[in-house]
Parts: sequence; structure tokens; C-alpha cells
Amino acid sequence: MEIPYTVKPRPDTGLYNAKVGIWLFLASEVMLFGAFFSAYILLRVQAPEGFWPDVANGWPHGLLNIPIGTFNTAVLITSSVTVVMAWIALKQNDFARFRRFMAVTIACALGFLAIKTFEYKEKFGHYVIELTNGTRVTGHLDVNGHSPLFWTLKDVQAAKIEELKVLVDIPNKFRFPVGHTIPEEIHKAHAAGEHHKDQEFKVSDIASVKAFIPSTHPFFAIYFTMTFLHGLHVLGGAIVLFYFGFIGSGMWKTDPERFTNRIEVGGLFWHFVDLVWIFLFPVVYLL
Amino acid sequence: MSDSKHSGAEAAAGHHHHDYDFAAHKKVYWVVGGSLLVGTLITVLAREWEFSSVALTIAVALFIASIKAFLVCAYFMHLLSEKKAIYLILVTTGAFAIAMVALILLSDKDPVSGTRAKIHYVP
Amino acid sequence: MQTAITHPGASHAHAHSHAHDHHEPGFLSKYIFSTDHKMIGIQYGLTSLLFLFFGFLLMLAMRQQLANPGQPIPLVGGLLLKVFGEDLAKDGKMAADLYNSFGAMHGTIMVFLAIVPLAFGAFGNYVTPLQIGAPDMAFPRLNMASYHLFFWGGVVMLASFFIPGGAAKSGWTSYSPLATVADLNNLIDGQTLWLLGMVLLISSSLLGAVNFIATIIQLRAKGMTWMRLPFFVWAQFVTGFLLLLAFPPLEAAGILQLSDNVLGTSFFLPTGLVYNGAVMDISGGGSPLLWQHLFWFLAHPEVYVLILPAMGIVAEIIANNTRKPLWGYRSMVYAVLAIGFLAFIVWAHHMYMTGMGTKIATFFQTTTMMISVPSVIILSALFISLWGGSIRFNTPMLFALAFLPMFGIGGLTGLPLGLNASDIYLHDSYYVIGHFHYVVAPGTIFGLFAGVYFWYPKITGRFMSEFWGKVHWFFSLIAMNLIFAPMFIQGIRGMSRRMYDGGATYFAAGVGADPGILWLNKFITHAALLLALAQVPFIINFFWSIRNGRKVDSDNPWQATTLDWQTPTPPPHGNFDKEPIVYRGPYEYSVPGAKTDFTPQGQPN
Repeated sequence: MEIPYTVKPRPDTGLYNAKVGIWLFLASEVMLFGAFFSAYILLRVQAPEGFWPDVANGWPHGLLNIPIGTFNTAVLITSSVTVVMAWIALKQNDFARFRRFMAVTIACALGFLAIKTFEYKEKFGHYVIELTNGTRVTGHLDVNGHSPLFWTLKDVQAAKIEELKVLVDIPNKFRFPVGHTIPEEIHKAHAAGEHHKDQEFKVSDIASVKAFIPSTHPFFAIYFTMTFLHGLHVLGGAIVLFYFGFIGSGMWKTDPERFTNRIEVGGLFWHFVDLVWIFLFPVVYLL
Repeated sequence: MSDSKHSGAEAAAGHHHHDYDFAAHKKVYWVVGGSLLVGTLITVLAREWEFSSVALTIAVALFIASIKAFLVCAYFMHLLSEKKAIYLILVTTGAFAIAMVALILLSDKDPVSGTRAKIHYVP
Repeated sequence: MQTAITHPGASHAHAHSHAHDHHEPGFLSKYIFSTDHKMIGIQYGLTSLLFLFFGFLLMLAMRQQLANPGQPIPLVGGLLLKVFGEDLAKDGKMAADLYNSFGAMHGTIMVFLAIVPLAFGAFGNYVTPLQIGAPDMAFPRLNMASYHLFFWGGVVMLASFFIPGGAAKSGWTSYSPLATVADLNNLIDGQTLWLLGMVLLISSSLLGAVNFIATIIQLRAKGMTWMRLPFFVWAQFVTGFLLLLAFPPLEAAGILQLSDNVLGTSFFLPTGLVYNGAVMDISGGGSPLLWQHLFWFLAHPEVYVLILPAMGIVAEIIANNTRKPLWGYRSMVYAVLAIGFLAFIVWAHHMYMTGMGTKIATFFQTTTMMISVPSVIILSALFISLWGGSIRFNTPMLFALAFLPMFGIGGLTGLPLGLNASDIYLHDSYYVIGHFHYVVAPGTIFGLFAGVYFWYPKITGRFMSEFWGKVHWFFSLIAMNLIFAPMFIQGIRGMSRRMYDGGATYFAAGVGADPGILWLNKFITHAALLLALAQVPFIINFFWSIRNGRKVDSDNPWQATTLDWQTPTPPPHGNFDKEPIVYRGPYEYSVPGAKTDFTPQGQPN
């Protein structure tokens, strides 16, 4: 006896097996990402005051590149459109069009990941520097013209630097939370088009140098964890779609209905990945 | 499957009728895609408005995100025409997800006096 | 299969799956990478029984330490020293850290590597497709992946014993910050491997849950309506949903704790955390309570995952051995669905001592009290089902009968823990240990033993020895009670759980008079040795009967009504020649006017 309803839907439920399976799996993913969002909210709500420089409360704002994030969002949305178009192309029996749309989808996925990698790299070279007098600044380092990643105070000392050159950030207005008054000099600097100013600090005056990495602040910890996990889902989804669309596409000749169902199921996963980003982007980038 | 190419498209119609209007569906997908892009822009630009309170800012951001999420679920994931079993699974999941977030946050409110350290970060 | 055909040559532990339409698969495809739910069920069964045994051994070593604190462990002291080294087992004595790691791993192994894989993975996999009239699970290859993820997750867990620092030692509950600071010297420590193992195990369960739920929804045979499903299948269905929706938050928490341990983040580490007298160099800002919420969000539904399959097994066996339908089948179904829902919103009754506000604590107390109602409904229905029955006291039935009062005690002793006020005193005491062991040990495990004796003839074609089964039952039942009942007394008298010496140094320091706790420790340890002895006939019986047990005289030796007994013995690959058709409910025993005292579900009118 063969397993029934792998392609034809079961009459009383109206569904084929894989569709039930993927929705169940997506339900578990909702709980997974829901738990991460709970963690984000709790960590943010109870962050101690003064925990982050520039502002009076504990949570950094405006550190993420919004134009890049917005563009990435558009890339992912586009890939959602193209994957559903790929599925419709199959239902219209147009295999070539299906292939083209799948290629665009996967290209968008890889593009998303490339942009994310670029964003990560920028963070790894962005630092919060704590001085011995208690003040803190953020900015990129300039070590003989290049911008190192993952450095700590030990690396600065090991490089035998006496005066550390920092491109100190002039915080943009998004670094300040809702309702907070922005100092006059910041307004003036932005009006003049300045985003950072060069400063030099004596290494002996520096208490710590920490890159924007997970161990530096819970904001980075949750940002990197959630976006990395989301990125893993983008990668996994892209691999599966690539397999379906290109390597395993011989099934179109032998069992086209089952093949179309595969694309539908893969597409459902892909839309979910897009859905998570629809919430993740405003929560970590904008709020 | 006698004639695989032809019956493929018809059979692949699944729960749709034989006279499935491909053009109309494709138009819907493009429109939804466009709406999502517009929604994204609105969310980003909304930051320029200074809202009176934190709660309002969050509400606006999540509201726009929810509309976008609804569009993806309803049209791209075909949820509008999906079967009861799937709805049941999703409604159940949604209820538990909301309960999880809400109850965790509510547990943090009004703690028993003397059980929470007042933490002020001293750099 | 509607007719009973004796299948010759079923003398192998591993069921021969004869593929009708292609050549015999090789050893690897048949036994290691099988996609047949029956073989996978057996794989799960044997692996989980091995883990059950290993977890039992850990407990015996711990009980030795509790009875004779600071003394070398007899028999295995030398082995402990060789494996764990001077730091943890000097002179064969159990150091506190070793005791703690045994405790944490005993709990982890029993819950995640023994009981759930046996109850859900083994029995669920083997029996569910048969009982619904399906040829296999909906996704056979996913099923195989589930088993392998379980197996390798178990290997990772076991491997953690052998690395520097030893296995995880922060309780199976792995509370932060202890779970992060327990082994600061090693980057990859026992806790890290515990977390990696959990990620594998959780993934295994998630894939399994997807498979079970999809199978039950989609692959029921014609005529198998929802209300004609055996209660066993309903129990597995709800268990699947519990696993599907409750495990992901623990996976999330596990990833966050892994990040704390390996990447130095502070998801669960608060600002100003002091370790060894100095403020730790961490970012801080984290919340230990966040770990507890996410952990218990899983771990509470997990206890229903532990009990529901056993209830399902007991229900089948009671109906079969009373020769009458279950009383209140419909109520039982609604009750198990109610348990499934309420299970998700009671978790913080494990957190009454964390300073939650009284309003929210009252909410959790209320839902906790509510969830006892459907549990009582199911237990009562099973008790009432006995009334007026022609009871056959065979070994499966004896275990099923014993389950009832044992689960009753376990459940009732949970009430003072679910009530906030009394829990303030009883939290983290031995009372808690007594409570949950009653539910899982003479509760679930008895249900699982019942299942082993019951389905053994279907899988192997032979019965296990009735005499030795009854010996196993009798002494296990007595020993279980002698072990766990005194723990209630110890707990009420103030004994804390997880004390590596059972309180000996506490009393020796003259802090207070010993109200008999140290003597009870010794008493309980002796009872544990009795329990160990009682398992010997079971183990021998299990393996001996494969070749030497009394052969079944038909494919339905218990004269049961459900579809699993309407197959050849053992069922072939694909289970049924053609799709079975179901004509009636699952427990049509002693139907008035019928020729026999049972009318199978699949028998035409």
C-alpha cells in the first residue's frame, strides 16, 4: 500500500500531505522567533539606565544603517514576489519562466546575505571606547590608514600605539530615543554635514575598547543572534529552492503535479522568512 | 499521468478551479509586492515624525508591519483561500505565541517588593 | 489486513520488513537507515531503553552517595576515578561536582533520551500508523532523520562526561547564571555540549511532531473518523502538538545560553554579577528570569508529553483486558484536548519563588488548578472503565492497573505545589522530587512497561514470560513506593533537593536536629537496590523471549479490536495489502448479540 495524498489532496481536509507538514513546521518557527522577540522585549525593557553612551536610557538607537536595511528589505520582498511568480509559471506550464523567476529569487537571497555580511563587517570595526574618566565615545579606529576589526585594548597596546586615532561619531538624531531633546551642537554639526570628527586619545587614558560585537551589549547580542538565525533560514531556504529549481527539477518531467507542490511548499517557507524580516527590520533598525 | 505536460498544469491547479484566472492572480501578486515596498518606505519615513510617546511609536511601527504581514500571509501564502485545518493550526499557534510574550512581560510587572535590585549602571 | 494470517519466521528482534515490490534492502538500509516506521520504532525503543538503563545507573551511584556520604562508591568507585580523575572522584568518592553532574544528567537523560523517545518515538512510531490504518508515516525519510538526530544528540550528551570539567552540572533545568559560570575554565564545557545536544534533540522532536500530526490528520483509513480513533492515537496527537509548539522557545533559550557560554554575551547574566568575589567582566544587562520563563515554557508542556502516551497505552490495555468499551471515551478526548491547551499557560508555577507579582502568580495558580480537572477526568474514566469488566490479570494489565493509583498519588501531591502559598515552603524540597517521580516512575514507566509486554507479541510473534513479568511487576511496584513515598516526608521536614550529601554536613554542623532524614536516605537507597534487582528478570525476559518465548497462536493473541492487531505478525512493509475500511469505534468489546466478545474495527458488518 502506497502512502496516499502525497500529491492529490485528501477529500475531507482538502490538503496534500506536504502542505500540512510545512504549515506545522512554520507554526513551530513562529514559536521560535516569537521566543526571540520576547527575549528582545524583555531585555530592552529592563536594561539598566545609563547602560549605553550618548543617551540617558540603557538601549542604543540609530546604530544600524537604515538605508541599507531598507534596501535589503526591498530585496527580500522582491524575492517573495518572484518565488510566487515561479510557482504560477509552473501552473501555466512555462518551465523556462519558472527557471528565470527561481534564479532571480535565489539571486535576491544571496544578495540579501551579501549585504548583511557587509553590515556585519562594518559593525565589527565600530567601537565603543571607555575612558578612564568615565566618559564613553563611539566610532571607528584609524590605525595607519586602515580600520581594524575585533580589536580590544590589548590589541591597541600590542600595536605599540601611544595615541589612538578615532573617528568619533557625531550621533545622528536617531541615536536619541523618542521624546529626548537633542543637544544644540549636534544639530549644528549635522547642518554642516559632519558625521564624525577625528580625535586622538592617549592609550593610557583608555579603560576599554570594545567592538560592536555580541559580548559588548545585549543590543548587539540580540541583533546579531536574531539576524544571524534569520540569515541561516535565508541560506537554508535558498539552498532548498536551488535544489528544487535546478538540481532536482527532473521531477517536472516525471511528476509535474508533485513538482509544483514542492515549489509551493518551498515558497511557503520562503514567504515565512520574509515575514520574519518584516517584523525584525522595524524592531531592531527603527524602534 | 498520460500526457504529463498538459495534465501537469491542470492537475497542478490543486484546489483551484479549471478556469483558474492566471492573469488576475499574477496581477494581484504584483500589486501586493508593490504595496509591500510602499509599506516599507512608509515605515522608514514614519520615523521622521516625532511621535508624542514611545507607545505610539511602537504601535505605529507594528501596525504597518502587521498590514504587510497580512498581505504576505493572505496573498502570497494563499491563506485567504486555505483550508480549515490550516487556520486551526495557525490560530492555535498565534494564541500561544501571544500568551507567551504577554505572560512573560506581565510577570515582570509589579514584582514582590524587595526582590528586584535597582540597577543603575556605573561605568 | 482483515484476515488473521500467522506469519512464519517472525523470530527476529528486528521485524523483517518484506518489501513486496522490490528486492530486499541491504543491512544499512534495513536496520540503520530505515524509513519504515516499525523499524524506526524499534530503533527508538532499543536506544531509549539503553538510555533508561544508563540514567538508572547514574541514580544508583547518587543514591549510594546519599546513603553513605563521603564514602567510596562500592563496585564502581575505581571506574569513576579512572574516568573522571582525581578532581571529581578521588579514592572512588563522589565529589560534589560529580554528584551535581550525575544529577543534572540523570534528569536530562531520563526525560529527553529515555522517556520521551520511548513513549513518543518508539510506541508512537510503531503503533500509530497501524492503529489508523496507514501504510507508514506521512514523511518516512523525515522519520529516519528524527531518529538519527535523537541518536547523535544522545551521543553528544554522553560525550560530555568525558571532557575536562565533566558533564553539565547545573541541574537539568540549567538555570543561568550558574550554567554559564559552572566551568569558566573551559570554553567547550559540559554545559556547552548539553546545549548542543539539546539543539539536536529538539530538532528531532520537532520533525517527529510534524510527522505525527500530519500522519494522523491525513492518513486515517476510510471510515476512521476522529471519534473512532483509539485513545492512544488521540494522546499521541496532542503530544505531538505539545512538542511542536513548546520546544522552539527552549531551542531559542538554548541558543542564547550557548551564546552566553561561548561568545561571552549576557542574555541571562545580570549587571553586577559577582563570581569568586569579583565583579565579572561581562556586559551585563541580561535577565536570569528570561531563561527560566523560556525553559519552563517548554518544560511544563514536557511533563504532559511524558504522561499522555502512557495514558494512551493504559487506556488501550484496560479496554482490552476488561472486555468492555472505555467508559467516557468522549470525555477523555475532550479532556486530553483541554490538557493540550492549558498546558501552555501554567508554566510559571515553577517560578513562584522568583518574586512575580501577586496578580500574575494568581493567574498561573488558577490555570494550574484548572488543568487538574481534565487529568482527573481521564483518570476517573479509566477507573470507572474497570467497573463491570471481566478483568484478565495478565502482565500488561497489572502494570496498567498499578498506573492508576500511582498516577493518582503523583497528581494529588502536585496540588500543594501548584498552590502558591504551600509551594513557598515545598519549592525545591524533596517533596517535589517525590511528586514528579511518582508521576513519571510508577506512573509513566509502568505504562511503558505495560506497553512493552502488550505489543511484544505483535512485534516478535512471541509472548514474554508471564511469570517473570509478574515478578518484575510485583517487586517494582513495592520498590517504587518504598523509594518515593519517604521523599514526601523528607521534603515536608525541610530537606532541600540537589544536596550532594543528603544533608549530612548540615546536621553535622549542628544547625538543627535530624528528624530522621539521614536514616530515610539509607532506607530509600536500599529500596532503590530492590528496584534495580526487580529489573533483572525484565531485562533477561526481554531478550530471552525473542527466541524462546511462547509463540502466539494468532495475529491477535489478545483478542483486541484495534487495527494494529488486524495485521500479520510482524506487519510487513506497507502494513496493509489494501486500504483498510473502518466500520465502528475502537472498543467494541462484548457487543450484545455478537459471536465473540470483541468486534474488530476493520471487520465488515
